[in-house]
Amino acid sequence: MSEIVENRMNTKPNEDLKIRIDRPWSWKRFFFQWEWLLVIVLLLVILINSLLSPYFLSLNTFISTPATFLDKAFIVFPMMFVIMLGRIDISVASTVAVSAVIMAVSYNMGLPMPLAILLCLITGSLGGAINGLLMVKFKELSFVIITLSTMIIYRGIAYILLGDQASGGFPKWFSFLGWGSILGVPFIVICFIITAVIFGLLLHKTSFGRIVSGMGFNKMTCEYSGIKVNRVTMIVFTLAGLMSGVTAVFLTSRMGSTRPNVAMGYELEVIAMVALGGVSTSGGVGRIAGPILAVYIIGYLSYGMGLANLQAPVVLVVIGLLLIFSVLAIRIRFSVSRKNSAV
Amino acid sequence: MKKTLFVLLVILIVLAPISTLFAGGSKESSVERHAFIFKNTGNPYGDKQMQGFTEGIEEQGFEAITRAPDQPTAEAQIQIIEQLITQKVASISITGNDFDALEPVLNKAMEAGVKVLSADSAVNPASRLTHINQADPELIGRTLIQAAYDIAGGNGDIAILSATSQASNQNLWIEWMKKELAENAGKYANLKLVRTAYGDDLRDKSVSEMEALLQSFPNLKVVIAPTTVGIAAAGRVITDRGLIGKVFVTGLGLPSEMAEYIVNKSCPYMFLWNPIDVGYLTAFAATAATKGSITGKAGDKFSAGRLGNFEVIKSEDGGTQVMLGAPFKFEPSNIAEWKTVY
Repeated sequence: MSEIVENRMNTKPNEDLKIRIDRPWSWKRFFFQWEWLLVIVLLLVILINSLLSPYFLSLNTFISTPATFLDKAFIVFPMMFVIMLGRIDISVASTVAVSAVIMAVSYNMGLPMPLAILLCLITGSLGGAINGLLMVKFKELSFVIITLSTMIIYRGIAYILLGDQASGGFPKWFSFLGWGSILGVPFIVICFIITAVIFGLLLHKTSFGRIVSGMGFNKMTCEYSGIKVNRVTMIVFTLAGLMSGVTAVFLTSRMGSTRPNVAMGYELEVIAMVALGGVSTSGGVGRIAGPILAVYIIGYLSYGMGLANLQAPVVLVVIGLLLIFSVLAIRIRFSVSRKNSAV
Repeated sequence: MKKTLFVLLVILIVLAPISTLFAGGSKESSVERHAFIFKNTGNPYGDKQMQGFTEGIEEQGFEAITRAPDQPTAEAQIQIIEQLITQKVASISITGNDFDALEPVLNKAMEAGVKVLSADSAVNPASRLTHINQADPELIGRTLIQAAYDIAGGNGDIAILSATSQASNQNLWIEWMKKELAENAGKYANLKLVRTAYGDDLRDKSVSEMEALLQSFPNLKVVIAPTTVGIAAAGRVITDRGLIGKVFVTGLGLPSEMAEYIVNKSCPYMFLWNPIDVGYLTAFAATAATKGSITGKAGDKFSAGRLGNFEVIKSEDGGTQVMLGAPFKFEPSNIAEWKTVY
């Protein structure tokens, strides 16, 4: 019975979404999109950076500089899904730490490096799956409390495994992942583009993506329509864990060694990027281009201010301001357009 | 109304990045530029080092860039180093947050023709020309244990409150402390090192680590804090909890920050070198490296302005170093004079 309903669901998108899709196309609406504002801000950041520092404008800035800030950007995509579900996952940075530590420890215990990398990704996925499972099994618990607890637990496991020490000594080829490039383009940038395409297709071209935004709009409706909401939740959180594992691999490769306190604060940076990207924190709304632009805006903003040798606190304040303005703007814009469509 | 508000917010979003223009930035200059990176911001000890570095570089007619990340992590320092490479600075002197993790990025800097030195907290020999050592690590380690023995009256529990677990300078001193204890086991038979805690050079974390030490070890008599943030935090906790006379702290501290605790006797005495001199000496080593008068080999000689002449010598980690001098003792009789200096 439920399968039949699910099939029907796949062929006929949720009514809510259908209305949005079928609205007549207009130039005004096309340019009155969040992503265009982000494009303008990004161009502005680039312009200002080149005014601030004579060293900013160069081919390198656009090809190899992103390698310095893309390590955490892999988590942005699954975090976008998580937030579209109307939830949040603050355990991702701890997942990065525990995956990186397990990779380093297992390698130093004699596991070949490729297998250690695989183990790192499995650890990450497992960490995410545990979050998903807790959420599905204990519906009365808030997602903030669940991921807060696992955030502490995962970081704790990393400390138990490695104590206060660092672990490294990886083979030479491992540093290629974070530092190497193919035809002048950093390997990490290539991986980021591939990941962006995969998640973009997943969000916009598959029924899974439509179900995620549908669940963000109205979980109850989805559940009664026979969608396996539990399975979707599990998959989304497992993806968050998997991509944390990917970040762990790149971060460790860039650092050459790892410690239990790596990636401190990454969860907040990632959530900031997703929010700036126009993904609604109340669920349902989001397009892949937004967070990608946000990654580059925040990345170039802090890189450019660094080139101009501004001190760290200034950078934090500017990013904080940008974030609060944009979250407010998104909120107000949505109430404006809703009012307009009602009239 | 809401539409106006939205437009206003959009304007603010656009203005936010523009505001950095007014925060001031570097303009391209023909003068040779030398950079110094400290562990993190908000550390008075680091501010003094950066001050000394700037003084030393400007005295020679060059331009100094001083940077510090907001978190004491290697990740953040890697990003700063990348930015400095792009700016084509002549040299980078770094107080490392990690002994090994900076090697890839510092090698990238050296390949780009930047001279790399470490100061205060070393990076591994493969990623530096030479290291500017503030004082003999063996002397620091042994002196601090002897001080703890003296303050404790020969018996009781002692603990160490350090910076981060990866800080190579603190780790080296702690190693020497343990060696001093082991080599003179007879003398220190009644002195028990119960724990090494890490306050990460963050004030709040150092305070809570100190409180945890007091709670876990009721017989704790002396805490050795070989870091300026840690020693001040320990002094604060001892004073606030009314434990003066029962628990003592010693270690390495800034006179200006520690004067209060030396006067109220929570810290009978402590040691330090002059961090301004560490920065100043680093500045001259950095310019000597770009001139080619030091190549990082033992035996190289250079002159460091008001501090006189120095020689590069072998260091224990297999690389080379330049030694500033012996640590200086601060006690109630001289603290009033020094607290205004740094």
